[in-house]
Amino acid sequence: MKSSLSAKQKNNPSLGRTLLRLGTGLSAFGLLIAMLLRGKNIAILDAKGTIASQQRGLIFYVLTVILAIAVPTVILLYFTAWRYRESHSTATYHPEAKTGKAFIVAIWALPTFVMLLLAIALVPATHKLQPNKALASSTPPITIQVMAMRWKWLFIYPDQQIATVNYVQIPKDVPIVFDLTADEAPMSSFWIPNLSGQLYAMTGHINRLNLMASENGDYRGRSAEINGAGFAGMQFTARVSSKQDFESWVDMTKQSASTLDKATYQTLVKPSENNAVTAFYPVDDSLYADTVMKYMGSHDHQMTAQTQHEGMY
Amino acid sequence: MKEFFLGRLTQDSLPHDWVTVGGTGTFIAMFLFAALILTRTKRWKWLWNDWLTSVDPKKIGIMYFLTAAFMLIRGGIDVILMWVQQALSSGSSHGILSADHYQQIFTAHGNIMVFFVAMGFIFGLINYIVPLQIGARDLASPLLNTLGFWLYIGGVVMVNMFFVLGGQYAATGWLAVAPLSGIAFSPGTGVDYWIWSLQISGIGTTLGAINFIMTILKMRAPGMTIWKMPLFTWGSLFSMLMAVAVFPLLTATLFLQFFDRYFGAHFFTALGGGDPMMYTNLIWMWGHPEVYILMLPAFGIFSEVVATFSRKPIASYTANVLGMAGVSALALSVWLHHFFTMGASADVNAFFGLITLVIAIPTAVLFFTWIATMHRGLIRFDTPMLWFLGFVTIFTIGGVSGLILAFPPADFQLHNSLFLVAHFHSNVIGGVLFGIFAGISYWFPKFTGFRLNERIGRNAFWCWIIGFCLSFVPMYILGIMGATRRLDHYDAQTGYQPFFILMLIGGLVIAVGVGLQIIQIVASIIQKGNLRDATGDPWNGRTLEWATASPPAFYNFTVIPHVITRDAFLDMKRLGLPEPHYEDITMPKNTAVGIYIAALAFLVGFAFVWHINWLAVVAMIGIIIVFVIRAFNEDSEYVVTAEEVKSIEEARIAATAAITKKSGAMSEQEDMSVREFVIYVYDFAIDIIRNKKWKSW
Ligand code: HEM
Ligand SMILES: [Cu+2]
Repeated sequence: MKSSLSAKQKNNPSLGRTLLRLGTGLSAFGLLIAMLLRGKNIAILDAKGTIASQQRGLIFYVLTVILAIAVPTVILLYFTAWRYRESHSTATYHPEAKTGKAFIVAIWALPTFVMLLLAIALVPATHKLQPNKALASSTPPITIQVMAMRWKWLFIYPDQQIATVNYVQIPKDVPIVFDLTADEAPMSSFWIPNLSGQLYAMTGHINRLNLMASENGDYRGRSAEINGAGFAGMQFTARVSSKQDFESWVDMTKQSASTLDKATYQTLVKPSENNAVTAFYPVDDSLYADTVMKYMGSHDHQMTAQTQHEGMY
Repeated sequence: MKEFFLGRLTQDSLPHDWVTVGGTGTFIAMFLFAALILTRTKRWKWLWNDWLTSVDPKKIGIMYFLTAAFMLIRGGIDVILMWVQQALSSGSSHGILSADHYQQIFTAHGNIMVFFVAMGFIFGLINYIVPLQIGARDLASPLLNTLGFWLYIGGVVMVNMFFVLGGQYAATGWLAVAPLSGIAFSPGTGVDYWIWSLQISGIGTTLGAINFIMTILKMRAPGMTIWKMPLFTWGSLFSMLMAVAVFPLLTATLFLQFFDRYFGAHFFTALGGGDPMMYTNLIWMWGHPEVYILMLPAFGIFSEVVATFSRKPIASYTANVLGMAGVSALALSVWLHHFFTMGASADVNAFFGLITLVIAIPTAVLFFTWIATMHRGLIRFDTPMLWFLGFVTIFTIGGVSGLILAFPPADFQLHNSLFLVAHFHSNVIGGVLFGIFAGISYWFPKFTGFRLNERIGRNAFWCWIIGFCLSFVPMYILGIMGATRRLDHYDAQTGYQPFFILMLIGGLVIAVGVGLQIIQIVASIIQKGNLRDATGDPWNGRTLEWATASPPAFYNFTVIPHVITRDAFLDMKRLGLPEPHYEDITMPKNTAVGIYIAALAFLVGFAFVWHINWLAVVAMIGIIIVFVIRAFNEDSEYVVTAEEVKSIEEARIAATAAITKKSGAMSEQEDMSVREFVIYVYDFAIDIIRNKKWKSW
């Protein structure tokens, strides 16, 4: 059967030229990207905490293993396509060519093997980096209760009796326990990419996120989950400092701040956008637990304020 | 009283902000223009009888394509607005849109692209091609099919309804997760439009899927056992099986959310004892399979394209089918990977992470069967094959990023970031959309009788590839920099802006690509004499759809073929085509029942959006009445006599002969380039103006 398109075959640019163009384009693009990235905080790669750096390590492991099979496969595909192109008359056209049993076994076995390599990393990593898992350290942890509200973050330091809005300060090399919940807000997600991955903050639940910072500095944190009009502005600064600096900051806050009682809280919880940093001292002890319980009234979930939510699974 | 009749509709419900009003104006202008043309050319009757009430899956397929293409442009305009907003809205600048408006736009964008573009094209292709591939004359239930199509249209109208009334759409993201989508946090009509748009079109999808499963299982030509089915038919079968499995779940979820919003129930509100996490679970139990419902037919298209353009049967057919089966089965059981970050135990997360890894195995098998098919082939690189190569490249990137996301601890970092957004666009654009483009350029000669302009097609392809890299490589990088999705504004110190600007530039290149695709179609129509394919088989095809005329007669096949091997049409060409003999053919009659029911279903949705209870009740009763009337209608088929078939076929053969003679002389002429197209259009316009041709209109 002669096809009506055979007149069109001259439309085959030479491979060399195409590769050259492609190479030039890609390098120029790569260069541009590299330039734009200079001096920027590439949060997930610039890990500044124990958890974040393990997560980064995992990402690189997975990337290496998959690329080891994906890149050769794609190159093989391009190469096959090019080698058996119509205009290349020396390659043997063999329409009856059959694939053998060995081939079938190989195409199932090869990806299965690679996935096994990934699977043996996945299970231990998932357990090890489970957010509610306490971090081993000789220093006792600091607990911070976090509440997502429309559209701001409230941090309560129960032991220090202080609270802050859109600002959290933590000491370096000390395990931090964030107990996340929410009040009068849709699901939000608590994320400080330089320090650790995110976890949802939901009404009526306490999700526990452990992390430990390893370098001083100011890092961005925000809600990663859309939760309404003020979503983009729902961000905070996470400052990592030395232990002494942390303690003097706590003391300073105690001197300059106003109380957070139930009445103040009622105003605070009202929707507001792009909130400035504020601090409170002292803080009503029962505020956090009451907020969580408020949503558990008719729930049959049995939960104390300190257990990790295990969901419906 | 007024409230009884009009519910919550008031004068304030009319749109006022400028983007929406602009959209409203454009829509109205387009409809008026179309109506004007139809009236001038006296085509209303033709439109109604030949198209709107047709039960011919080929015509329904074309109507799906047109609607989906229109929606692609509609959703594309949303994207441009989003890109511009993000490129500008840094530091003290807040761009062109308010936060709320921006959120509505990305929500509408997601819904339109998934439900009305991707689903529309996929259903269009299945409608047109599957019956031809299996050697069938019509469908198991033509009525279900037209009903499914019109419910889809109902969804399309509903999703755009806010242009006319209400002026706002959901601002929740495309899955409208609870409790954000609950009445407390989203009090307006936006989420209601969202619910009813998905509800109406989703029910249409379920009905359409049932119909296609029955058609594929029951209506195949004699000799075509299930293991001889073409791979696109296989992909469609798996896709439709998944749709039947999960769309009822969507329907149920939407009803529950509707009860919450309308009647104050508390399925998904924490304060009333409900559980928003249940919503997340339910919606993803449907949502994850949904993306594979789109992907499987695309896999099938690529298998057909690779085999045809390598001029070899697909290698390891069984492995390919099992690969698709594996993907479908596993796709039903990985939904939790969309919310590893909700705080489930490590065991649960690890389990779902592992199954997600396993999906990559059958996917890789498909890749290897394509390589083996090309091996020792004689490969031609027409545009469908280019889309295939583009797919391989971009889909691999999407697959690699997907596997990273399958690791719960890695996902904690990347979830909700632009890295995730880049992941699924790699798959949805590189996989589904490129599959659709490959399919359309491959089967276009079947649809119309002439092929598409190759030159402009190539230009469009390169715009898509370059534009994609320009906009999605920066998106992956932004994700790694910690940029979350759905930001309408970000601080200048983040350093995101140059990357957002690159994304905008890439987006504009893609827009040029879309423009070129439109030009490609117009140029092909201009040059159709030259591009004519009189054989019905321009690519030396292997499967039965190429055995018919292009476009096929409304009864598809004069003689139902007997299938011997998988490459049914190739056999026919080898062994000689059967002598045409003519027989009586029974065909389904056109019906407007689909339109009536869909219109009433639309009214139910509309009434609930605006709390007009009487209208909802009346419309529901109306649906029942139409059903009952239709149930008593015995007279839904008619017979085309052998005589009529004969005269139709002979007329066609004569016309073909005439064309072949004429086009023989012209076939040396090259496909028009973009430049030649511009010159042609320019001359055409000048001619009209100089010679005052408009006067004769
Ligand atoms: C090897 C194959 C794939 C793997 C391992 C994979 C894995 C994942 C994972 C783990 C997520 C969740 C990430 C998160 O939310 O944090 C995800 C999201 C997503 N994937 Fe894939 N994926 C694959 C292929 C595909 C394909 C073929 C499509 C579409 C045709 C697709 C479309 C999507 C979409 C639409 C989302 C998220 C949508 C949203 O959150 O709005 N993926 N994928
Ligand atoms: Cu998924």
